[in-house]
Amino acid sequence: MSVKKLGLKQRYAHMTRGLDWETTYQPMDKVFPYDSFEGIKIKDWSAWEDPFRLTMDSYWKFQAEKERKLYAVIDAFAQNNGQTGITDGRYANVLKLFLTGISPEEYQAHRGFAFAGRHLRGVGPRVAAQMQSLDELRHIQTQIHTISHYNKYFDGIGEFPHMHDRVWYLSVPKSFFDDARSAGPFEFMIAIGFAFEYVLTNLLFVPFMSGAAYNGDMSTVTFGFSAQSDESRHMTLGIEVIKFLLEQHPDNLPIVQKWVDKWFWRGHRVLGLVAMMMDYMLPKPVMSWKEAWQIYYTEAGGALFQDLARYGLRPPKYADIATAEAEHISHQNWAIFYQYTHAAAFHTWAPDAKHMDWLSEKYPNTFDKYYRPRWEMWNQMAKEGKRFYNMALPQLCQCCQIPMGYTEPGDPTTICFRSSQYKGETYHFCSDGCKDIFDAEPEKFVQSWLPVHQIFQGNCGGATIPDVLNYYRLANGADNMDYVGSPDEKLWNEWQADKLKTAV
Amino acid sequence: MTIQIKTLDMEPKRQTFGHVARRIGEGKSATRYQEATLDVQATTNFHYKPLYEPEYWTYDPRKTRVVMEDWYKPLDPRQYYYATYNISRATMNQAVERSFTFAEERGLAEKMSADARKQVETFLLPLRHLHWGANMNMTEITQRGYGTAVTAPAIFSSGDHLGMAQIVSRIGLLLDGQTGVSLDMAKEVWVNDPAWQGVRKLIEDSLVERDWFQLFVIQTLAINGVVFDLIYKMGDAGWKDAQLTIAMLTVFMTDWRADESRWSDAVIRTVAAESEENRALISQWAATWIGAAVEAARPLAAAFLTDNGAAAEAAGEATVARARALGLTL
Ligand SMILES: [Fe+2]
Ligand SMILES: [Fe+2]
Ligand SMILES: [Zn+2]
Repeated sequence: MSVKKLGLKQRYAHMTRGLDWETTYQPMDKVFPYDSFEGIKIKDWSAWEDPFRLTMDSYWKFQAEKERKLYAVIDAFAQNNGQTGITDGRYANVLKLFLTGISPEEYQAHRGFAFAGRHLRGVGPRVAAQMQSLDELRHIQTQIHTISHYNKYFDGIGEFPHMHDRVWYLSVPKSFFDDARSAGPFEFMIAIGFAFEYVLTNLLFVPFMSGAAYNGDMSTVTFGFSAQSDESRHMTLGIEVIKFLLEQHPDNLPIVQKWVDKWFWRGHRVLGLVAMMMDYMLPKPVMSWKEAWQIYYTEAGGALFQDLARYGLRPPKYADIATAEAEHISHQNWAIFYQYTHAAAFHTWAPDAKHMDWLSEKYPNTFDKYYRPRWEMWNQMAKEGKRFYNMALPQLCQCCQIPMGYTEPGDPTTICFRSSQYKGETYHFCSDGCKDIFDAEPEKFVQSWLPVHQIFQGNCGGATIPDVLNYYRLANGADNMDYVGSPDEKLWNEWQADKLKTAV
Repeated sequence: MTIQIKTLDMEPKRQTFGHVARRIGEGKSATRYQEATLDVQATTNFHYKPLYEPEYWTYDPRKTRVVMEDWYKPLDPRQYYYATYNISRATMNQAVERSFTFAEERGLAEKMSADARKQVETFLLPLRHLHWGANMNMTEITQRGYGTAVTAPAIFSSGDHLGMAQIVSRIGLLLDGQTGVSLDMAKEVWVNDPAWQGVRKLIEDSLVERDWFQLFVIQTLAINGVVFDLIYKMGDAGWKDAQLTIAMLTVFMTDWRADESRWSDAVIRTVAAESEENRALISQWAATWIGAAVEAARPLAAAFLTDNGAAAEAAGEATVARARALGLTL
């Protein structure tokens, strides 16, 4: 009897799941202690369909090739002083936000996928998660190396890990990932693998990478292109995970649905930072947040959830609210940073007349009606030497940790406040979405390290703003305040003047 | 004629990130390794205790009993960050590709004696499972460890073990004409053959170790030193007439072992040198687990090399000597 040669699929199975065995000297439940408490039921791990078939030898080969090319560009960028070729000095603030707010989450993803890559009982997902863990390490390290050159010239970049652990608005992305990292392996996979890497990823990376392309930042663009093939693997893993969980047992549906609702809303809140970046921070804007939301959430997400409907899964709760908020969120967020510019590690500015016209065009329903009058007033005040600062510490949402500045759905003139009672204490929220998340896991969310509370409790270096800025390692007068008048602006203007001289 | 290239005079405001400068000295330029590694992991102001282990934070130095004033002391002498790691492995893998091509072209698998083939099937192919267990351990160290200096190279090592498990699998496929029959047989051997049960128990015991630095010692010192070295380094005679073929097909493992031990030895040496408490603890772990590894490997060596377990003893002695050279007291 002759045995048949293996097909690609079986060959890959031998290279991965074939390596595993059922332990007998130690109970499997002790080897995998974390994969049962969440209530997810897996009848048959072998039904897992590998989302991609990549053996380590090919992985090393592809990734090494990509790294060689990427670092050649990073080196050339530094050598040619590429930082002088960006559209405007203001653009550097996008990179500050990215390195302090996003890159540390790449690291969290790296460690989180190592957790999933060790503790999921199925070998297929474990191998895929390990590769993603490696990829995510790649992302933080290449982002550090890409932005390192900007750090040599621009302020607000050099203390990114220190700031990430401390600065008030950075607790928004940090708490998001801390939440996922402190969940079990299945919730982590739905939170990061599915909701973040599949549903919302284009709303994060496309804005930053196209923003870089439009604004002459060739090294960041190259990083973006280079990470694309990693991201497409991550997306296939995320979608496979959710389908697999839903196929395995009907009892999984309500658990997965709850996670989809939670992580959609949490992700939406974090992406509000991207929204303001797109609409206000790019000297040369790419598209509006509203347009991006339409393409990448309403259309792409709509098709996705239509596809998942056959498992009984419905679109995330409050997706309609999030879509309605796309008209407002960037304006409200940038207004928060404008008011608290003294406590931000990047520069702010009010939009000029030309930029406001662009916003009017992009937001015909809301900008002129609600937001233009405020910017015009603040511009006027600044002209009169009375630039508006808000010196009162804001109340933060217990869940997303953003200052309570968002408005009621359907009423953009009233601030939205929600609250819940838990063990005799009152907790405050920015929205129904955030309140729901708290109500489902109050014992988790009462723990939130809320930056403003921490300041009041004396855990952030002291009670005055200089004390707190010190604690943040935020260089007062350099890292913070308006772009106009900043050392960044001074340097940028020198470069421009120098360029003119050289041209003559 | 000389060409004058006019460039802007670019005096940088700073050479590197603040946290890197505080470690290497103000005004110095940093290496890519340093910028990619130092202080990258979060250390404070965490939000929520893990649902699965509320006694610790996600990143928590108390997940091992050894204590370091600074977990960025145990650095990687290879200075790997993602790019240099992958470039190094892609280069190492070129030799693997050449070896497999050569072995296929010359029909080396068919030329093996039945005796040699049996040895490879019984004593080399089951190692793919040990590599898989090692992969799990290094992944556990990545997720559970403290400080990027140790955890980043740990995920590299985890990738290495998966890669080596796959190279061993390819050797099986070369032998069985790409049918997978030899791999199924090797799994049988791994799970049931008495010669392997000590080693299987050893790795299963390591899989439930919660102290991540103890796990580091178990895997990189004891298991790599005793079991992997027994097969890859001291097993030449066991392959009979296939000695050269196997040496060629496992060239990656030889390169890897030299490369990885530069790192893992440096980590153990540095952490042991931190304090007498650390030294005592690590020495005790090393003694226990090297001893357990020798016990586990003895029947394997006896069956593989018909040497009554002498090679396992020798591998154990070499590992003890290595441990002593790292400052451990055994
Ligand atoms: Fe990433
Ligand atoms: Fe990703
Ligand atoms: Zn909220």
